[in-house]
Amino acid sequence: MNIHEYQAKEVLKSYGVKIQEGIVADSPEAAEEAAKQLNESTGTSWYVLKAQIHAGGRGKGEIKETGSRGVVLAKSLEEVPEKSKNILNGTLVTIQTGEEGKFVKKILVAQDVYYPGKSEPKEYYLSILLDRATGSNVIMASTEGGVDIEDVAEHNPEKIIKEWVDPALGIQPYQARKVAFQLGLQGNAFKEMVKFIMALYAAYDGSDASQFEINPVLKTSDDQILAVDAKVNLDDNALFRNKKLAEMRDLDEEDPLEVEAGESGLNYVKLDGNVGCMVNGAGLAMATMDMIKLSGGDPANFLDVGGGANAQTVEAGFRIILKDPKVKAILINVFGGIVRCDRIATGVVEAYKSIGDIQVPIIVRLQGTNAEEGAKIIDESGLKVTSAITLKEAAEKVQNVLKG
Amino acid sequence: MYYRYMSVMVNKHSKVIVQGFTGTEGSFHAQQMIEYGTNVVGGVTPGKGGTTHLGKPVFNTVEDAVKSKGADTTIIFVPPAFAADAIMEAADAGIKTIITITEGIPVKDMMKAKPFVKQKGATLIGPNCPGVITPGEAKVGIMPGFVFKPGRVGVVSKSGTLTYEAADQITKAGLGVSTAIGIGGDPIIGTSTREAVQMLMEDPETDAIVMIGEIGGNYEAEAAKWIKENGNKKPVVGFIAGQTAPAGRRMGHAGAIIGGKDDTAIAKMRIMKENGIYVAESPAEIGEVMAKALGVDA
Repeated sequence: MNIHEYQAKEVLKSYGVKIQEGIVADSPEAAEEAAKQLNESTGTSWYVLKAQIHAGGRGKGEIKETGSRGVVLAKSLEEVPEKSKNILNGTLVTIQTGEEGKFVKKILVAQDVYYPGKSEPKEYYLSILLDRATGSNVIMASTEGGVDIEDVAEHNPEKIIKEWVDPALGIQPYQARKVAFQLGLQGNAFKEMVKFIMALYAAYDGSDASQFEINPVLKTSDDQILAVDAKVNLDDNALFRNKKLAEMRDLDEEDPLEVEAGESGLNYVKLDGNVGCMVNGAGLAMATMDMIKLSGGDPANFLDVGGGANAQTVEAGFRIILKDPKVKAILINVFGGIVRCDRIATGVVEAYKSIGDIQVPIIVRLQGTNAEEGAKIIDESGLKVTSAITLKEAAEKVQNVLKG
Repeated sequence: MYYRYMSVMVNKHSKVIVQGFTGTEGSFHAQQMIEYGTNVVGGVTPGKGGTTHLGKPVFNTVEDAVKSKGADTTIIFVPPAFAADAIMEAADAGIKTIITITEGIPVKDMMKAKPFVKQKGATLIGPNCPGVITPGEAKVGIMPGFVFKPGRVGVVSKSGTLTYEAADQITKAGLGVSTAIGIGGDPIIGTSTREAVQMLMEDPETDAIVMIGEIGGNYEAEAAKWIKENGNKKPVVGFIAGQTAPAGRRMGHAGAIIGGKDDTAIAKMRIMKENGIYVAESPAEIGEVMAKALGVDA
């Protein structure tokens, strides 16, 4: 699960990580009030207005309706309402959102932290993430902050510092010192960075996260170390023991069909193609998508109905797939093990009749326990449904349907 | 009588216990395993020790089951919040083969359980896997036993139903399965693709290997490189699911997500080819490619 920047910063702060302070607002009036409060609590007289959506590239992104950037600077209290209005309730398009963009419900009104002082402000990169290869957590840091870290990894890999942390022991202070020294910090900034890294690890570990990325981390002109942005991925499987984090889920950021599928116990991911599919098992579901592509189509979705496929789940799956107007054909692929194919076939026929008017051709491939009986039920149903037994046969039938 | 002492992971001599024995899933699959002929010696459900379930004794702890029945293999159906604890209990009690079916265990729990199991000298399979089957000998898993006909092709897979698909195609190609190992689809799993492939490479009952992977992680690449470094001793057929999966989206399995460019199906298939593995482009061709690799008519 992903959360918004303002939520991630709340989490960070609760673990003692210093952040760029801010207040979230959902109207220009609320934004102005937030700015006033920030002025009182932090003394800032410039304000950064940041669109809150689950996607990166907001600073360079553009609001379709107004042409405003997704992150703007207001250099006075008076500018705050007008500039907020240009972002709020607009559609923000960034390199990560696709052309359709994302609707902005809230902005974060944040203090300006790039103020002049004794030294130059400097941006760093810091993240902690799960390293699957070693089964441990890895801290990644770089002096190249505020830019795309993938670019740094590709062109200047030597500029990325890595420090692995034993998950059973947790981070040790020497590891935080190592990273801070390698970033070239000294004096008070060094001490602040060590504290920052220790607290960041505590936040990562305490939230059951798979990633905490702080880009940029800012060394201010008076040697404070602050999180200016925060991107967080949480382990869905651990939300049961992190209730407060679970409540941060924003359903508006998710595809409505995916939310609906989840409520029916189906695992669905919407894609852009023309052939819908419904499969039991995640691996076979991905393989079925690949087969659709090799047959000349494009998969419209990933859909795993799970181990206990029955008439209800099949019907729910049908209804979700059919809501996608691009779908020109549907392939159902079930390998019956414990689940019997004749039951699935009956489920398909019942679901078909219950929905009634299905305009697209359906290919049902049933293999495994009672496969022949299943095919017979499909063939004798009199519906616009074709049966197949081998995967190869199913691929050929998809190909035929697409040729028309 | 001829015994396959060399079979991989499980055989007819395995003394199997079921953790989460009296729960719905545990009961159902324990019954199926018993019917298959697996040597199930009992089960563990804390608080129900001393009773009998499915005609087998129930123990309060794994330690009791080991002492009383000499159990050496366990299959775990315990719910996700308690599963890592069950894994560690088994390892601490001296169980050597720990097969974890449970899906949805928090990653942080597995990061602690995995090194603990290793330190105790046990082998962990899964979690989020269909288990292990040596056809005709023992099924310690949830797979439909009849799909797996005895033979000499080993199978390693991250996925359940795709494993059944592969086994079915292998059978239709006139071949059969020596041992099929479902290693699981989570980000942190006990046995990697490379480790499972190595077991099959060293198994005299196995002539060839099917290796089924998916997007996410580096396990298939690691296995492919190991296979070449060790002289491609047996033909290996590879398939990677998720050629059409978009980056950054989790495709059902917790571990099936494209993070970096090496996570993609295309990259993994390229690495497999470079290392002398026969790659099936379509999931419908796994059996045929294997038959060709072995020089038999499908």
